[in-house]
Amino acid sequence: MELICPAGTPAAFRDAIEVGADAVYCGFRDETNARNFPGLNFSRAELETSIAFARQRKVKTLVAINTFMRAGDEALWESAVDDAAALGADAVILADLGLIAYAAEKHPGLRLHLSVQAGAANADHVNFLVDAFGIKRAVLPRVLTIAEVAALTRQARCETEVFVFGGLCVMEEGRCSLSSYATGKSPNMHGVCSPASHVRYRKDGPEMVSELGEFTINRFPETEAAGYPTICKGRFVAEGEDGYIFEDPVSLDAMAHLDALQEAGVAALKIEGRQRGRSYVAKVVSEIRRQLDAAGPVVAGDALRRMSEGQRTTQGSYDKRWR
Amino acid sequence: MTQARLGLTLGPVLFLWDEARWRDFYFRMADEGEVDTVVLGEVVCSKRDHFHLASMPEIIDRLTAAGKTVRLATLGLVTLERERKSVRKLAEQEDYEVEVGELSAVAALAGKPHAVGPLVNVYNAATAKVLAGKGATSICLPPELPVSSIQTIVRGTPGMAFEVFAFGRVPLAISARCAHARIKGLTKDNCQFVCGSDPDGLPVDTLDDQQFLALNGVQTMSSTCLSLLGDVASLRAAGVDSLRLSPQVCDMVEVARLFRAAADGAIGPIEAMARLGRAYPDMRFSNGFFHGVAGHEFVA
Repeated sequence: MELICPAGTPAAFRDAIEVGADAVYCGFRDETNARNFPGLNFSRAELETSIAFARQRKVKTLVAINTFMRAGDEALWESAVDDAAALGADAVILADLGLIAYAAEKHPGLRLHLSVQAGAANADHVNFLVDAFGIKRAVLPRVLTIAEVAALTRQARCETEVFVFGGLCVMEEGRCSLSSYATGKSPNMHGVCSPASHVRYRKDGPEMVSELGEFTINRFPETEAAGYPTICKGRFVAEGEDGYIFEDPVSLDAMAHLDALQEAGVAALKIEGRQRGRSYVAKVVSEIRRQLDAAGPVVAGDALRRMSEGQRTTQGSYDKRWR
Repeated sequence: MTQARLGLTLGPVLFLWDEARWRDFYFRMADEGEVDTVVLGEVVCSKRDHFHLASMPEIIDRLTAAGKTVRLATLGLVTLERERKSVRKLAEQEDYEVEVGELSAVAALAGKPHAVGPLVNVYNAATAKVLAGKGATSICLPPELPVSSIQTIVRGTPGMAFEVFAFGRVPLAISARCAHARIKGLTKDNCQFVCGSDPDGLPVDTLDDQQFLALNGVQTMSSTCLSLLGDVASLRAAGVDSLRLSPQVCDMVEVARLFRAAADGAIGPIEAMARLGRAYPDMRFSNGFFHGVAGHEFVA
């Protein structure tokens, strides 16, 4: 299985390669990708240099252009595809149907991966895009159990890739407007979720309140570190009781399932975290590389857990009981 | 100047209503609801399917006898084998138009004319054209689109009928996990259909008592009820063909009547919104998405 690693900066890109990535994914510095955060992502020149560096080491570069084209501004997304192709990207990772059609027509030689943001959760959906546009690989949404991943992989007429570590979308990817409901900024249109520009921390007596837009997402006592106000990991009240209604502030760790994923025929494992720093990328990639290369069963390690947001992890939908 | 008539579409009931409520609702909408098209079917959770299967033929008869066009919707999130089968079964029937909830249904329809539902990501004309090429004749655009995008998509896709989500709690997200069951101490696989006890959604408030969201099984919705009743003029100017009204626990006959009157220019936006408040008491309305701001906001 290929190990697909995130890079938010050229430095993280090089680090990922040094510690054992088979492929690195990254995006341009604008709203064409789903991690459109300040200080992150690549200029055209940076991508060119990075691709050359990767090539020398026989590592692939995948360019994520995985938001949905804003009506009237399609040229921004189309030129991202054109430039990724011209700069020698090994594949582009796309979600928008119109952009997929554009890429397939304009760049017939360019390898197309279906982004997790496309939310293709069954083999019929995936195969429809394989037949229509020659998709070569689908990144599966984090809504499937291991058994469902295996069944889909058997039936899909292209490779599959799954997330094994990092931030966990609780909702099906590409179909979540929670962030834009609270802030007006959306993952699908602007490439941001719970954007920092709309985050505020406020002291209220002994408590720290985290807010997104006008809404309180959590309150933390002095004894608890204040987490980032991502809506699906916030604390809310329903039926008079408060709690983490959608999910605790945890991230995904599917390392215990590596053998099962291998057996399922999954082609590639993806690490989330283009927004994370160099040390995260270096440590996580090297640890997962080590586990992939080691013979025998994997032991879930503390080393990785410490790298997780909130330092707590879940197997997410891979474990049927999560539902 | 004569203007094209704005159509009204009654979207599928997104909540789990018991059979009696469900049947009574559709009978009343058949007899009194001023809507042109009615979309039927379970789009949120396949576990709910069996609740309404028995009365479906009766409902369809009543609606078609009343002159309504009936569409059958497919599921929004399809992962299980039996869900794939039910999509294929719907695609194979020839009696009613299908509204697709995700793209496996487009594959199953194999070019047959069909409608596209609001959970399919259509953010630009290029995507609408791809769908047109696969047989789509109408598209209900995603609720998060601002009017500027709506207008650009409509103008860029001649020949396609466009619908806009104009009333109802906004479907904001869908998950494999059922937060609704989880809150009641259950899991999705053993949910005991607890979502049925909240026919208008289960409110989710913030720790500072702000109304925020509502749970509907695996779907997360807005606490506010989207209403574009006051935005009919912009919808017309954008070239929209039809408005979608999503059923809530309120006087939906009156809601349809108000949208009809507003669409025909028979009442102004201020009077329309005041009457809507009486048809759906204690509800806060929003139209922020349409105006390009946070979805929960209401822009007068």
